[in-house]
Amino acid sequence: MPEACISFSDLTLGYNSHPAVHHLNGVVAKGSLTAVVGANGSGKSTLMKGIVGVLRPMAGACTIAPGVRLAYLPQQSELDRSFPARVVDLVSLGLWPRRGLLGRYRPEDRKAISEALSAVGLEGFDRRPIDTLSGGQLQRALFARVLVQDADLILLDEPFNAIDSRTVSDLVELIKRWQGESRTVMVVVHDLELVRQHFPEALLLARRPVAWGEARKTLAPENLLRARQFHEAWDEDAPWCAPEEDHDHHGHAHDHAHEHPEGGKTAHAGAA
Amino acid sequence: MLFLYDYLAAPFVDFAFMQRALVGALMLSVSACPVGVFLMLRRMSLAGDAMAHAILPGAAVGFLLYGLQIVPMTLGGLVAGVVVALGAGAVSRVTIQKEDASLAAFYLISLALGVLIVSLRGSNVDLMHVLFGTVLALNDDALTLIAAITAVTLAALAIFWRALVAECLDPLFLRSVSRLGPPVHFVFLGLVVLNLVGGFQALGTLLSVGLMMLPAAAARFWTSRVGPMCLLAIAIGAASCISGLLLSYHASLPSGPAIILSAGVVYILSILAGTRGVLAMRVRHHSHRTA
Repeated sequence: MPEACISFSDLTLGYNSHPAVHHLNGVVAKGSLTAVVGANGSGKSTLMKGIVGVLRPMAGACTIAPGVRLAYLPQQSELDRSFPARVVDLVSLGLWPRRGLLGRYRPEDRKAISEALSAVGLEGFDRRPIDTLSGGQLQRALFARVLVQDADLILLDEPFNAIDSRTVSDLVELIKRWQGESRTVMVVVHDLELVRQHFPEALLLARRPVAWGEARKTLAPENLLRARQFHEAWDEDAPWCAPEEDHDHHGHAHDHAHEHPEGGKTAHAGAA
Repeated sequence: MLFLYDYLAAPFVDFAFMQRALVGALMLSVSACPVGVFLMLRRMSLAGDAMAHAILPGAAVGFLLYGLQIVPMTLGGLVAGVVVALGAGAVSRVTIQKEDASLAAFYLISLALGVLIVSLRGSNVDLMHVLFGTVLALNDDALTLIAAITAVTLAALAIFWRALVAECLDPLFLRSVSRLGPPVHFVFLGLVVLNLVGGFQALGTLLSVGLMMLPAAAARFWTSRVGPMCLLAIAIGAASCISGLLLSYHASLPSGPAIILSAGVVYILSILAGTRGVLAMRVRHHSHRTA
């Protein structure tokens, strides 16, 4: 039995007493590389926030092994792009866990920053103001910050958004190298083919965990079909939680699928 | 040369009250302008304005009890400023109302209450002193207070610099690596109140926020880095103070408004001529590099 990095025990996370992640149990092993997949609104980002601790559980608990340093790349960062900072200022925020509030930056820190920038293909960008970066470049700069953080547990929430395919394969190589360095990595991904090719493990969410384990088995058609049948919208009249909930008592599930144009990228499309 | 000396230096050399005004105003620039830069970058310029108004009733209570005395009025202002800053924050967190609306509500109440309290005891002249300040009448107590506030502000900025930048630039990131986010926010609000209170003897409750915001807003048009922006704001603030004092001396203008108007002129010039200002943006559109 491998050592646990994160353990979920009956974890329920959500907003306004509506669950977004429902009764999750299980263990993320140290040094594992897990893809988190699921449709829009299936609770992937919520799970990430729960692990980081910016969202408190409504029930149950999420425990991270003691002494684990965590890096988190959010899907919607609260980054203020109009703030007068250069790329190097943004990336050097990643030194916080090591240098904290007052520690002086050392030569090896500067080296780590320039190595991180070249790893994401942003050499020569260090003095560029962040408000001149494209969406993909900014995402790569944030990725570089995660590299600089040098964390044991790395949570990436849709890190490949707005990134061109060449850079995606570079970043995937980086992620796999992390696993080699026995860091624990969880990545929210929409591209199921990418998951099948590169990720050993996958967690398929549809508010509740549908399947969790070896990636190809998790993404088997019958699991994806089950994941599709969840109801994205909150039901204001939903009964208070009972262990098995019935998700099929409303007829307009399809309307919702059409209201979200980005739904095409989700598990729906991947399964079809 | 003699003319220049007469015009620029003689007022400060010949008159002790001008020297005191200059020292006080320069210390205020060093302290309040960097705070103003962060206030602006956090999009809290209006919150600063609201807090400045909020100081008034506290200062007015001090005036009611002790007359035009710097220490009781300052302490009163400090208490009122902290109460309003925390109160508005609490209203926006506990209820659905956003912070800007609750701040506006608090500052309107404060302004009305303050004017009412000053009028209970004083004349219109007293009211003008409280609202617009008397930089030419800074006594030793006031200068000591301003010096102490400057020292505290600079120390706090030096210690919390990295956290302040991180809080502005990427608050979610700071929350994911450290618990410093909320405390830093309150330290910063404290600095704002402290500097507004420091400025109120010199510039009055209505104008003290001007020395904080205008140089910061002007500096924004010249640089795209925080450190240089703070230094530039200090320089603009100091220049505005000198120019305002000279204007008020030679043209017999009220000193506080003269200082703030000088900063206003720099601000408008910066909008037009700054390296990130209107004209530079126009010119850049006509020519571009190959890559």
